[in-house]
Amino acid sequence: MGTTHQVATPQYDYGVIKQFTVMTVIWGIVGMAVGVLIASQLAWPALNFDLPWLTYSRLRPLHTNAVIFAFGGCALMATSFYVVQRTCQTTLFAPGLAKFVFWGWQLVILLAAISLPMGWTSGKEYAELEWPIDILIAVVWVAYAVVFFGTIAKRTTSHIYVANWFYGAFIITVALLHIVNSMAIPVSPTKSYSIYAGARDAMIQWWYGHNAVGFFLTAGFLGMMYYFVPKQAGRPVYSYRLSIVHFWALISVYMWAGPHHLHYTALPDWAQSIGMVFSLVLLAPSWGGMINGIMTLSGAWEKLRDDPVIRFLIVALSFYGMSTFEGPMMSIKTVNALSHYTDWTIGHVHSGALGWVAMISIGSIYALTPWLYDKKTMHSVSLVNTHFWLATIGTVLYIASMWVAGISQGLMWRAVNPEDGSLTYTFVEALKATYPYYIVRAAGGLVFLSGMFLMAYNVFKTMTTPATSTHTAAQPA
Amino acid sequence: MTGTDFTQGWVNGWIITIVLINLVGCLWLLWWTRKRPEDHIAEGESMGHSFDGIEELNNPLPHWWLNLFYFTIAFAFIYLTLYPGWGDAKGMLGWTSHGQWGTEVEKANNRYDRIFAEYAGVPVAELAKNPEAVKIGQRLFGNNCALCHGSDARGNTGYPNLTDADWLYGGTPEKIMETVTGGRNAMMPALGAALGGEQGIKDVAAYVLSLSGRQGAGDATAGKAKFDMMCAACHGPDGKGNQMLGSANLTDNIWLYGGTEVAITETIVNGRQGKMPAFKDTLGEQKIHVLAAYVYSLSN
Repeated sequence: MGTTHQVATPQYDYGVIKQFTVMTVIWGIVGMAVGVLIASQLAWPALNFDLPWLTYSRLRPLHTNAVIFAFGGCALMATSFYVVQRTCQTTLFAPGLAKFVFWGWQLVILLAAISLPMGWTSGKEYAELEWPIDILIAVVWVAYAVVFFGTIAKRTTSHIYVANWFYGAFIITVALLHIVNSMAIPVSPTKSYSIYAGARDAMIQWWYGHNAVGFFLTAGFLGMMYYFVPKQAGRPVYSYRLSIVHFWALISVYMWAGPHHLHYTALPDWAQSIGMVFSLVLLAPSWGGMINGIMTLSGAWEKLRDDPVIRFLIVALSFYGMSTFEGPMMSIKTVNALSHYTDWTIGHVHSGALGWVAMISIGSIYALTPWLYDKKTMHSVSLVNTHFWLATIGTVLYIASMWVAGISQGLMWRAVNPEDGSLTYTFVEALKATYPYYIVRAAGGLVFLSGMFLMAYNVFKTMTTPATSTHTAAQPA
Repeated sequence: MTGTDFTQGWVNGWIITIVLINLVGCLWLLWWTRKRPEDHIAEGESMGHSFDGIEELNNPLPHWWLNLFYFTIAFAFIYLTLYPGWGDAKGMLGWTSHGQWGTEVEKANNRYDRIFAEYAGVPVAELAKNPEAVKIGQRLFGNNCALCHGSDARGNTGYPNLTDADWLYGGTPEKIMETVTGGRNAMMPALGAALGGEQGIKDVAAYVLSLSGRQGAGDATAGKAKFDMMCAACHGPDGKGNQMLGSANLTDNIWLYGGTEVAITETIVNGRQGKMPAFKDTLGEQKIHVLAAYVYSLSN
């Protein structure tokens, strides 16, 4: 690699990264398994077994918290600690605190896995955890920020690499979002009430909710993309200028997009307008990341043929581009009038969650694991390839079924009898029309989940087989 | 919610300011990075720094992408000016979501009101024989009532069956209209404590069961004494109920909350609070008239 100046290689701190990597895979399996269960409950309600803690209402937040904050969170923490060390050419700041971040985050996840099935919830979507856990999250998150920014502060490189801008924006903004939105008055150790009321509470909630998408699920994973795509492709990043523009535009414009979750509600019209236009302005900055990632591969397209890791990364970028086009379209009020409250929204979320977030994480971890454990490649490259096809087919089944289901629902709900103006279909008729798609969706989720088991086996074998000492070929320091 | 309820006065100016800063800032960013190729680095060349082996090229922003960005920013300025958007200022088109809703309701009323107006002159009992009207009534039922009473109107535990000619509040057209228009609030008090403990409850349950020819574990004769004292005021001395109060007939073996000894005991101990919502505002008198004809047709 064409390094311009050689620095003595520091002894990088990989222990905490290995822990987070393993937990990414484990929480991925747990979170997606819960997802498959609740998807199946929608098709076959008897699967709640008449147990309160297995009901859809309690497991749905467990699924979202597990895949976003446990699976996604561990993936982001593993890769950010790796990337920040390697691109700053220095070891982790406060390694003891990094250990606390790991164990603290696992404790948060464990408490979520207990409290949500118990039915303890603040009732705020993607922020359901009750106040004692919220306080723990804030403490762990500040520790995470100290380790990350401390490492940047003691870097031996002159500039800060673009991946770290995105990781940094993700860490700062998530702290802000979490603290502001979780403000509540506790009435017991397991119950609290938001300090905001009415339409203001809704606005704060969706300012949080949409920026959780923007900063946790977009900016953080773009940080991952900016390291693992050029590294795995062995190509320079396509455009430094594009990365500047789309970074600043993305993090500023995202802040406004939340009100599109509240179209045609009690939220004032002007706030809805701002939510819509900024969602549209967001299209170009979002696509900036996709262009920079895909164009980085230009000139090395042949790698798509024989490296399944690159395939994961590039398909992730494609789903990212598709979701970030679909999102602004759905924020247009006339489109939203059809799509809102339907399963189209669920399909949209999963084209981001499965297609982008999970695929970029899986690809990155397949790249990272051999580097961490001194191996040339994963234990089985062909299993990586099988996983790639399972993930792709699962995602396509999921989102295609939800498109059809969602658009059918939207059209059926608004259909009016020309004779008398009454609704053509009752709610239950639209539900019945959705039924076959619920089965396809559950099948898609199951296919995606099955790939995660292959990953667990492959990562485990890569970790445990004896070192090949060819690590320098895989990842020069 | 109006703008002034949602935000304080100064917030509007602040929002306009930061919206402008953000949009103009994006334009400035595009201009700045377009006009500023790094002094000594040619386009397409490496920027010269390397991070863990990763270099970055000095490629320009793609033209189609720049145009997309400019277009969306221009759209933002135009839309925020035409529609409400600069703080809580009204847009140039004068559009409001309330206004849009009002227009759509008016359009629908102009089109459909005459259909219902035509039926309004026909008495409910007669309208129930008109298949067109009954079909419309059935649709209204499917949209508004089926959620509780079921799409076949046969009800469910806690929700009365409307097809069996057994009525809590009366089954005449007038009474059906009254129930749908104003709703009903049923109130069976919890009598667990007042009946003198477990044995008293058992005895009353046994008496209630005997009214429909069945036997319970308790002493029905002792239960009757308590029934006459505590229950007869609403359900009548013969247990046949009272439609003026909406109290149930206990002798016909039709049970809103279940007729087993367990269910009856639960009703006696904890009471029941049935609630039929009022549809006066959602449907209006003329639609309720057609809906009542459908409901009436189910048992007549």
